[in-house]
Amino acid sequence: MSMPFYISPEQLMADRADYARKGIARGRAVIVATCTEGIVFATENHSQALHKISEIYDRIGFAAVGKYNEFEALRVAGIRYADLRGYSYDRSDVTARALAHAYAQTLGTAFTTESKPMEVEVVVAELGHDASRDEIYHLSYDGSVAQEHGCVVIGGDQDTIDAVFRSSWEPTMSLADTLTAITQALSQPPQKDAEHTMVTPAPTYEAALLDRSRPRRTFRRLTVTDFVPSTQGTRS
Amino acid sequence: MTITGSRGFPDGYLAPGSSFLDFAAQHAPTIMPGTQPTFDTIPQDIAPHGTTIVALEYHNGIIIAGDRRATMGTTIAHREIEKVFAADEHSAIAIAGTAGLAIELVRLFQLELEHYEKIEGTPLSLDGKANRLSTMLRSHLHLALQGLPIVPIFAGWDSTRHQGRLFAYDVTGGRYEEPNFTCAGSGSVFARSALKKLWKPQLDATRAITIALEALWDAADDDTATAGPDIIRRIWPIIAVIDHKGFRYVSEADLAHANDTIAHQRSQDHQHVRVLEPGRDGPGNRLPSQGSATIIPESDQS
Repeated sequence: MSMPFYISPEQLMADRADYARKGIARGRAVIVATCTEGIVFATENHSQALHKISEIYDRIGFAAVGKYNEFEALRVAGIRYADLRGYSYDRSDVTARALAHAYAQTLGTAFTTESKPMEVEVVVAELGHDASRDEIYHLSYDGSVAQEHGCVVIGGDQDTIDAVFRSSWEPTMSLADTLTAITQALSQPPQKDAEHTMVTPAPTYEAALLDRSRPRRTFRRLTVTDFVPSTQGTRS
Repeated sequence: MTITGSRGFPDGYLAPGSSFLDFAAQHAPTIMPGTQPTFDTIPQDIAPHGTTIVALEYHNGIIIAGDRRATMGTTIAHREIEKVFAADEHSAIAIAGTAGLAIELVRLFQLELEHYEKIEGTPLSLDGKANRLSTMLRSHLHLALQGLPIVPIFAGWDSTRHQGRLFAYDVTGGRYEEPNFTCAGSGSVFARSALKKLWKPQLDATRAITIALEALWDAADDDTATAGPDIIRRIWPIIAVIDHKGFRYVSEADLAHANDTIAHQRSQDHQHVRVLEPGRDGPGNRLPSQGSATIIPESDQS
């Protein structure tokens, strides 16, 4: 009769966290930040069809990094959750806070009970009626939730990108200036590869805005033209 | 209703699929209209009914319109009910029939289109939307047979063919694409005649809006369940336009103006129409008329 090997809970959780973090760091970073026009989501994405940024509900957007099939399932679950809740009660009763709670439960359960944790990090952001009421929730692979103030970077080389982005970003910036700051931050070469200085051209960005000026469904995808003022902008 | 337990999203939330209807039927069947048990017979005047809706093509889109009356038997249940809605940004749905169920069906249909668009990242084709509505109507057949019918018109801009298209339905979910114009509801026989006479190819938007109003006016003239323009309360039919730019309602000011023009035209046309005198159809035992009596004192006449 064979005895199962003993692994301490600390070791088990540390291994799982390590595994998840490695998976997440392999992808490209997503930045979510408030600006005067709303909340902007942006990432480098060479695919036209496989989105990392999505509409969840009237004033709620979603961004994720990590394993595509895992965050896609979470995205779809979020849309179903929001639509069912909005249909059962009222559209105004669908909140990012409740959605973040549901995601946290799913991620936390997978982290502790499934054979492998989900290799994803998720941001759920809700557009407030003014900038002071914008809500941004950052969810980690282990189910932990953090409310972020103004901006958050997930995935990729997030610490470097976060530092560069925060050095040039202000919450009172316009959309064009925020996009400039985002493209500058995202085009940072990874620390390990300082020689590599190629700047990715604008068409490979995927970006969207929860637009304060729109009624009802506020989510709109940004196109290359939205990036034009930023590349020719006054910032030097 | 299941939302989420303490372990997060139930498995069904994470399964593939892009229909809200299918999802809700599985996970929250009680919130779906028409799933509760019903009775064998439902009195005809138990629920408000919406009446006449019309839709017609013009040279670069569709005009869709509805009057504002809901009736419950012989009572007017509502004077400002809305029967024309945006299904999504590029299509419209108008409803006649049992008001409560029909409005719920509209909510569900709007959600079905939005849900698909969010999950798939692309909207359904116009034919896809029209077919989806068929399925939803078919699921209400048992209610229609009990006297609670829903008869919608669906119209939208087909971005692949670059034209507006119209679809009429029956209570069994039968879907019929209509050229030129269509109408539904209790006043539709009269509205249809007006549309037949007035509709022509290549109408401009203003003319098409006037024709929609004229058709509703004629329906209201002969059908008690359809409201004409309410001049006292200034309630006009609701009219929407769908073209390549999408769905939008015609403004109250434009409707009031178009209504005034029709009212003026019709009163001109009726100026020399003979009106019968009272007393003509009596049993024959009244005294010969000596002219009409004056009951208003002379001092009050100005």
